Amino acid sequence: MSAVAARSGTDRAGASPSAPADRRRRRNRRQYLAPLLLISPSLVVLAVFVYGLIAVNVQTSLTDANDAATVTGQEPSSFVGLANYVALLQDADFQHSLVNMFVYTFVFLGGALAVGFVWAWLLDKPIRGEGVFRSVYLFPMAVSFVASGVVWRWLLNSNTGDSASGLNRLFEMTGFGFLQNEWWSNPRWGIAAIALPAVWQLAGYVMALFLAGFRGVPEELREAGRMDGASEWKLYRYVVFPQLSPVLLSALIIIGHMSLKVFDLILSIADSSNYSTKVPAVDVLQYKSSFEYADAAAVGTILLLLVALLIIPYLVRTARAEKNA
Amino acid sequence: MSSTTATVGAPKPDERLRLAPRPRERRYSHGRTLRYVLLVLFLVFVLTPVYVLLVTSFKGAGDASPTSAWSLPSSWTLDNWTAAWEALAPAIGRTFLMVIPAAAISSVLGSMNGFVLSRWRFPYANVVFTLILFGMFIPYQAVVIPLAQLLTVTLQVPSGIPSLIILHVVYGIPITTLIFRNYYESIPHELIEAARVDGAGMLRTFASVVLPISIPAFVVVLIWQFTSAWNDFLFAVFFANSQNGPVTLALNNFANGALLQNYGQSMAGALLASAPTLVVYIVLGKYFIGGMMSGSVKG
Repeated sequence: MSAVAARSGTDRAGASPSAPADRRRRRNRRQYLAPLLLISPSLVVLAVFVYGLIAVNVQTSLTDANDAATVTGQEPSSFVGLANYVALLQDADFQHSLVNMFVYTFVFLGGALAVGFVWAWLLDKPIRGEGVFRSVYLFPMAVSFVASGVVWRWLLNSNTGDSASGLNRLFEMTGFGFLQNEWWSNPRWGIAAIALPAVWQLAGYVMALFLAGFRGVPEELREAGRMDGASEWKLYRYVVFPQLSPVLLSALIIIGHMSLKVFDLILSIADSSNYSTKVPAVDVLQYKSSFEYADAAAVGTILLLLVALLIIPYLVRTARAEKNA
Repeated sequence: MSSTTATVGAPKPDERLRLAPRPRERRYSHGRTLRYVLLVLFLVFVLTPVYVLLVTSFKGAGDASPTSAWSLPSSWTLDNWTAAWEALAPAIGRTFLMVIPAAAISSVLGSMNGFVLSRWRFPYANVVFTLILFGMFIPYQAVVIPLAQLLTVTLQVPSGIPSLIILHVVYGIPITTLIFRNYYESIPHELIEAARVDGAGMLRTFASVVLPISIPAFVVVLIWQFTSAWNDFLFAVFFANSQNGPVTLALNNFANGALLQNYGQSMAGALLASAPTLVVYIVLGKYFIGGMMSGSVKG
């Protein structure tokens, strides 16, 4: 691709010195007119709906529009600086949300990466039925979080003992009764239970990423390792795994940023008002429903900053890598 | 699943290994047994929720006791399915009305953008591309407050399906652009260069050379957009209600709205609500995976 860009670049440069400067400029302008025309609807829309709205949202977060009267414009709102952010970060409930978000991220990220990696590794070498395993492992990706939330709400039922159903009942039946717990109803660790269905849904995606990574390792590299007498394990440890670090990074960033945004699963398994599974992404909905728009905007901005911290370096790195390719 | 059959039917390199035993063969097959055991265990883990969904959806009131939670229905009934269908059918219809235009429009925009960004670059095209991509990752919570103002108050777009079509088109642009751009990067440059040398303008090149060979990318993008718009819940919560919204919202209300939870009906409803995307996955899985992989930017 960059070869073409470079080639047409030299063509243009080669032709231009002989041509008068203004003609060249006009030609360039005409050359860029059509592509800009084609792409401009999208650019305008995204400029408004992404960047424009982010700006307005930040602006709202700096006001005191936190009650129905100001929100509906009956009373004017005024600028309060970072007061909403300060109040939020000092608020015990919001701190609970932030801690929950990090606990969830830790469990979801760790679980999805570990399971997805193991699946890919197990499927790396040819095995009969590979396609079946792959398709089944991946299928939860095609289902909505809301639909899977229905069944996971049942599986993660907090009743124990005689009234237990779901996983607790399964533990009881199989002699693992001591494993029974209250799942997402636990105020401290309940959020970790929500990561379970998330791992179930996205481990297949991580597997697909890693599988592509495994298959991308040149066969000659493995062959060379074998020639040197490396055992299968050493071959993986010293030859294959190191080649997978770019895949690991992609998976880390994509799953990581998803976990900051967890929303659907919490609403369908618990509820938006449930304390033990409170996270910032759900707080936005709660604040909005109670007309605390400035707080909702501030929480949204905090989320955006966290996501940007992960994503922007990744995007810039990808763009650079492509440029140099 | 089309990819499944392809893999299963493909020549198996293992066969040759077994015909010509080598010293390493024994250890290798031990490893393979272990691999199979693990793979099947994981298969059970993935399919357990499916078992629960299916079994519970066919259970009658007689099986409500927790002791029979994991057992098969004592008598199979379709009551849950009829109840769920009656409750969700209108929402399923609305979701189709939402998803089809949303997927179609965002695909067309994506192909135009992707073509320009890969083949007809302008100054700072890479910067523009990165700015577009960022839109794919933002938490929509960071725009939802002013977005409600813009859509509902300023533009007067009705709540429900009309709002959601606009949102899925707009916020679908980054991913569709990405998939098309990666696709156009992969087709031979000579094709487009030839059209350019022949004096075709950009629009001409796009319409008569590029579009006809874009069908595989269109399939991937349409499937991807169909699935993600069908499964969306966040926008539905903010821009619709259970009377005018898509099936995810209706399902959530159906499953969690009642005081006494009826799991049989909820699970039949969950299966109904997932049926279209599951059918797409089973029939066109290869393309679905294609779209999914481009989500990781590199493509």
